[in-house]
Amino acid sequence: MPTTMPTPLPTLAPARPMMNAAERDAVALRHAVLLEHASQRSWRPLIIAVTVVAYCIFSWWMFNVGDTLRRANWGIAGTYLADWVSYEVRPEFDIARDGAMTLTYPRFSPLGDNPDPDWLTVEKRTMTRTIGAEPTAGNAASTATKPSIGFMGAGALMGDKAAAPQAAPQTVTKEVLSRAEVRYNGSTRIEVTPDVVIAEHGGETLTMRLDHQTGTVEAEGALPEWATQKRPGEKITLAFGATGWAEVAGNDVSIRNRFFGWANFLFDTQSPFFDKSAAEVFALITSAPRIDPAQSNLSLAWSNILYNSEWQHLDVWTKLLQTIVMAFIGTLFASLIAFPLCFVAARNITGSRVANQLTKRFFDFLRSVDMLIWALFFTRAFGPGPLAGMSAIFFTDTGTLGKLYSEALENIDDKQREGVKSVGAPEITVKRFGILPQVLPVFASQALYFWESNTRSATIIGAVGAGGIGLKLWEAMRTNSDWENVAYMVLLILGVVFLFDTVSNALRSRLIGSRGH
Amino acid sequence: MATMPANSPHLRLSDSGKLVERHWNELAAKRRSYTLLSVAILLVATFGSLWFANETNAGKFFDRLPYFFDFLGDMAPRDAMEPVRALFDLPSPYDDGSFKYNYPEGRLYLTQSIYIPEYFHKMLETINIAILSTLFGFALGFPLCFLAARNLTRNSWIRVPVRRVMEVLRAFPEVVIAGFFLAVLSIGAIPAIIAVSIHTVGALGKLFFEVVENADMKPDEGLTAVGGNWIERVWFGTVPQVMPNFLSYALLRLEINVRASTIIGAVGGGGIGELLRLSIGQNHPAKTIAIVFLLLLTIIAVDQFSAWLRRRLVGDRAFELTA
Repeated sequence: MPTTMPTPLPTLAPARPMMNAAERDAVALRHAVLLEHASQRSWRPLIIAVTVVAYCIFSWWMFNVGDTLRRANWGIAGTYLADWVSYEVRPEFDIARDGAMTLTYPRFSPLGDNPDPDWLTVEKRTMTRTIGAEPTAGNAASTATKPSIGFMGAGALMGDKAAAPQAAPQTVTKEVLSRAEVRYNGSTRIEVTPDVVIAEHGGETLTMRLDHQTGTVEAEGALPEWATQKRPGEKITLAFGATGWAEVAGNDVSIRNRFFGWANFLFDTQSPFFDKSAAEVFALITSAPRIDPAQSNLSLAWSNILYNSEWQHLDVWTKLLQTIVMAFIGTLFASLIAFPLCFVAARNITGSRVANQLTKRFFDFLRSVDMLIWALFFTRAFGPGPLAGMSAIFFTDTGTLGKLYSEALENIDDKQREGVKSVGAPEITVKRFGILPQVLPVFASQALYFWESNTRSATIIGAVGAGGIGLKLWEAMRTNSDWENVAYMVLLILGVVFLFDTVSNALRSRLIGSRGH
Repeated sequence: MATMPANSPHLRLSDSGKLVERHWNELAAKRRSYTLLSVAILLVATFGSLWFANETNAGKFFDRLPYFFDFLGDMAPRDAMEPVRALFDLPSPYDDGSFKYNYPEGRLYLTQSIYIPEYFHKMLETINIAILSTLFGFALGFPLCFLAARNLTRNSWIRVPVRRVMEVLRAFPEVVIAGFFLAVLSIGAIPAIIAVSIHTVGALGKLFFEVVENADMKPDEGLTAVGGNWIERVWFGTVPQVMPNFLSYALLRLEINVRASTIIGAVGGGGIGELLRLSIGQNHPAKTIAIVFLLLLTIIAVDQFSAWLRRRLVGDRAFELTA
C-alpha cells in the first residue's frame, strides 16, 4: 500500500488532485464509511420504489379496485362520452298483433312535436282493423312485452279489461305504415316492414323476421359482429358504432340515430324560431310581422334563447356569474382583512410576541378548517347560494393570505424603514413609505393568484350547495341524461378560468415583473 | 430667499424647465385619474357583485344574519362527552334504537375486540385517496414536465400541446370527472382518486416544468458533449438537480389533495367528506363536531409533517403560492 502513495506531481499538473483506481480502492479501504454511505444512497430509490409498489397493491386491495373495475359499466361510459358532443333521435316503430305498424317519437324529442326527418322515409297504406275484439289490440301488443306488476300497472290493466266488454268490436279503417326506411349514413340503413326488418351495415346485410303473436324475433343466417341477441327469440341489438344503434323486438323496433352537435342550442322545440335556418331567423327578426303582439320579434327571439328549456342559458350564465362573484368577493375581502392583520402577525413589525402568535394561530385555524367545512356551515346559515360560497372562500383565504402576507413582511429589507425613520417620520409614515412600497406588489400579486385559483375552487364547493355553477353541474350529471349540458358548462368554466388565468398573469407580471409565478 | 434660489418654489423656470414641469404635471394627473378609475371600477364591481350575490341567494344576508348565531347554538351537543362517543364509536346513553345515536354500528372490526372507529376509518380512506392521487399525479406529471420545458424540448410542436393538455387537466372541474366516473363505476373512492389525480397531473406538471426551466444547464451541456441522448441528458443532467424541488412540490400537493379529496368526498366520492355533509345535513351536533375536530387535526398534522419534510428537502424556502 505505501508504494502507491500519491507522489507529488510535477508543476504542470492540473490544480485538481488526481488519483488512479488503486488509490481509490486504498482510500476506500481506509475510510470504509465514505463509500458505505454512497451504497446506502444507491439503495434508496429501490427501497422507495418497492414501498410505492407495495402501497399501490395495498390500496388496490383496500379500495377493491379490481372488483369495481370489473363491475363498471364501460358500455355506458362510451354513450355518456358521446352524449357530450352529440344527441340521439329516437323514433319507435310499434307493430300491433294484426301487423299495424305505427311510428312514434318520445316526448321532448329534439326534433320537436311533428318530426319529419329526411333520413326516415315511410310508406303508408290503409288498413281495416278490428278494434275491441280482443282487449284493445293496440295496447295489448305493448303491454304484452312488459308485464306490469306494480299496482299502478295492474290497475291500468283492470281498467282496460273493465272497459273492453262494453266496447263492442269495432271495425275501423286507418292509415298505417307499410314500410319505413331509416338511413343512418352511407353504409348503414334499416328497412322496417311489419314482418321483416332488414339491416345493412358495413357491407353486411341482416334479415330479421318478426313474429307479432309471440313477440319474438329471429335472424336469418348467422348474426354479424355488430348484432347481438342474448337468447333466441329475444330482441336483437344492432350497434352501428358512432352513428347510433337499434333494437329489434317482435313488436317494436327502436331506432337510435346519433347526430353530431348540440341539438336546439339556441331555440328549443316550443319556440317559433325552432328549426329555422339562420337566414330565416334573421328575416323573421328584421322584417316579418310580430309573432307575439306584445313584443318585437328580436326580443322574443332573445327571450326564447335565454329561456331555452333544454339549455337554460340564462340560468347557466347566472350561476357562472355567481361563481365568478364568489371568487372575486371572497378573495377581495380576504385580502382586505388579511392586510391589516398581517402587520400584527409579522415579528419585525409588531413587537408583542403574544399578538404575533395569536394572529398567526388565528390564520392557521381559518386555513385548516377546510373550505368545505366553511362552505357547509355557511350553507346552513345563509341558505344555498353564493353568499355561503363567498363567505367560505373569504374565511379560508383570510387565513392563507394572512400567512403569506406576514411571511412577506418578515422578509422585507429593513434599510428603507431605517431610512424613513432616521429623518424623524412618525410610525405610520414609516409603514407607508418604508414598508408598503416593498410588499404591496407582492400582496396584490398573491391576491390575484388566489382570485384565479379560487374561481376553480368555487366550482367545487358550489356542488355542496354553496352556490354557483357547481350545483348546476352536479344536478345535470346526476340525471345521467344531460351530459351535453355538462359539456356546455365545462366549456364555459374552462373559458372563464383561462381568461382569468391570462388576466391575472398579465397583471401580476406587470406588478412584480416576470419572476412571479 | 435670494440666497437659496435652487430651493425656492417661486423660481422662474426656463422654457425647458417649464416643459419638464408641464410633463410632470400631466403624468401625475394621468396617474391620479388611472388610480381613481381603478378604484371606481373596483368599487362598482364589488357592490354590484355583493348585490347580485345577495339577490340570487336563497336567504338574504341581513335577514339571515340574526339567525346565524342561532345556528351556531344548534351545533351544541347534548353533553360534552357526546362528540367523544361519536368520534370513538362508543355507545351513547341517548341511544333509542334510531340511527341517530347508533355510533357503535360504524365500527370496523379488525379482530374480535379491536376495531377502528368509523370516522378514523373514513379519514384514512380520504388520506389514502390524497396519497394515491399525489403518487399518480407525480408519476404522470414527471415525464410530461420535461416535454413541456423550453430548455429541454426545443420542438414547439411537442412542447405547446403538452402544455395545453396540462392546462386543460388543471382547469377541468374535478366535480365533473368525479361525477362521470361515479356514473360509470358507481359510488366509491375510485372516482375521487381519478378526479384528484387528473387535476394533480396538470398542477404538478406546471410547477415541475417551471422548476426544470430554471435548472442549471451546464450538466446538460456536459452530457450533450459526451454524446448522451435525450433521456440520458434528462435523467443524469436535470433530474438530480430538480428532484428535491419536485418532491417538495409533491408534498405541498399532498396537503392540497387531502383537502380536495375531502371536498370530492362530500359530493359522492366517499371518505370523511360525505359523512361531514350528511351529519351537517341531519343537524347532528355531536357527529359534526367529532368530524370537524378529526379533520382539523388531520389537516394540521399533514401540513406540519409536509412542512417538516420539505424543510429537510429544500431548506427554508417557501413554496406556498401553489394552490
